[in-house]
Amino acid sequence: MSNEDPVVGGAGREYLSVPRLPYSVATAMSGFGTLLYKEILRFWRVAFQTIAAPVLTTLLYLLIFSHVMQGQARVYGAVPYSAFLVPGLVMMAVLQNAFANSSSSLIQSKITGNIIFMLLPPLSYWDFFAAYVLASVARGMAVGVGVLLVSLPFVELSFVHPLWIIAFAVAGSGILGTLGLIAGIWAERFEQVAAFQSFVIMPLTFLSGVFYSIHSLPEFWQRLSHFNPFFYMIDGFRYGFFGVSDINPALSLGIAVASLVALTAVTLALLKRGYKLRC
Amino acid sequence: MTPAIQIQQVHKRFGAVQALSGIDLDVSPGEFFGLLGPNGAGKTTLINILAGLVRADSGSVRVMGHDVVAGYRASRRALGVVPQELVFDPFFSVRETLRIQSGYFGLKHNEAWIDEVMHHLDLHGKADANMRSLSGGMKRRVLVAQALVHKPPVIVLDEPTAGVDVELRQGLWEFVRGLNRDGHTIVLTTHYLDEAEALCGRIAMLKQGRIVALDTTSNLVNRRGGLCLKLHITGAALPAALAALVRDTHDAVHTLRLRSFAEVEGVLAQVREAGAQIEELDLVHPDLEDVFVQIMNKA
Repeated sequence: MSNEDPVVGGAGREYLSVPRLPYSVATAMSGFGTLLYKEILRFWRVAFQTIAAPVLTTLLYLLIFSHVMQGQARVYGAVPYSAFLVPGLVMMAVLQNAFANSSSSLIQSKITGNIIFMLLPPLSYWDFFAAYVLASVARGMAVGVGVLLVSLPFVELSFVHPLWIIAFAVAGSGILGTLGLIAGIWAERFEQVAAFQSFVIMPLTFLSGVFYSIHSLPEFWQRLSHFNPFFYMIDGFRYGFFGVSDINPALSLGIAVASLVALTAVTLALLKRGYKLRC
Repeated sequence: MTPAIQIQQVHKRFGAVQALSGIDLDVSPGEFFGLLGPNGAGKTTLINILAGLVRADSGSVRVMGHDVVAGYRASRRALGVVPQELVFDPFFSVRETLRIQSGYFGLKHNEAWIDEVMHHLDLHGKADANMRSLSGGMKRRVLVAQALVHKPPVIVLDEPTAGVDVELRQGLWEFVRGLNRDGHTIVLTTHYLDEAEALCGRIAMLKQGRIVALDTTSNLVNRRGGLCLKLHITGAALPAALAALVRDTHDAVHTLRLRSFAEVEGVLAQVREAGAQIEELDLVHPDLEDVFVQIMNKA
């Protein structure tokens, strides 16, 4: 019997005399597909909490900030502040929800113990990684589209380069989904994930140019912003809407993709080792 | 014949605790095998290594000939584990839970088998109920169903009847016996030694990460030898000459250990000569629990 041969129970009663089940790429894909389906179903089942609530929160940001800041903030030329604000808020929602999805799902599974159902089957660490990250991308996108749709009645938006919009949304949600997976692997308690979110994700998001163009900042803060990887995601995403950005969007996308590759390598190494999952 | 489970020189340490020290064990296909030991003996660690949940520091473990590390896909497809803890995913119903578990093993069209397993575990009435709404016993049944959903030839039950009512316990054992008759290898850990004695053909006893006894159940039980005579007497004290045989005295009921049945009459005669009335007597043959206690105290 080869390593990948089927191994089915002994013959006997009819109900146990099942046909052999050949191992193939299709069955491996099915394992990955099932985990992806389960992860999407998990957040979809509580869509009121995982999609509707962040859409409403972001809409409130839009209404309040655009009302208070209109005419006071200096942004790209003739672009109204409220229009400038929307892409930033959309991307912020995408990033935060992509992170929340993988991190909360994994920590819940670890704490309740049901992660055993994913560790016992023959899922590879690639399956595990891809399913969690893609589900996070799906949730990030769902929330992002939701925010965009509810913003449209309030703001007139342009979509100059839609492919750049999609590229940055995918790369950004992939990065944050991966970061969420790292946080979920590392954390042993809910508050550790919450701390990761509060002390890393939130500050990087709020200081990334969601609410302002970095050209409106003093030079020191402008320079510091360049060390914030979230800044490139927001700036590049906004370029897709207006065709204007603080940084060349190709450079921003390059930095985002490089970050995604680096984080993917770290996460795969952790999963392969079974760090805090298989002791 | 390839062993269903082959464990060679497995060591595992958690910090300062040596959980397993050089475990060697083969379980043949079709065996009903018991893994017994006090808490902390290393049973669950050994099962977790078998399932790939814990990695051994050294040694090798194979399931149906597949190494649990190098050939993890095949070894995990060959193994079904019923975990000790009552864990579940609160987002899904019973049927969804089983479909998802089936999908993890690459089985897309497994509905007939899922129905069959639910039928045998009496879960059909709860197929669409959310896992949160089930009683502890029903959750335990779902765990068993999840372990069987990919039709593994080797099934490990880690204390499956802990906190389970008598009816479910009997139903579960009937089902597991059926699986064993059909050729499935069963590995059982339990603290209910009467269950292990009734079900298992062979037993390994672990203490502090080492196997301290490994034999057929009948050989283990016979190893103890002798029998116990329980005497409830009134009217006089037990003769001093019998004091050496007394193992336990409680409310005028004396438990005496005898080497053989032939000694019974002599003991009764001495009791009668001392003027005592025998109100009740009972002869008890040693069971697995006696053997377990003896071995654990010695080892």
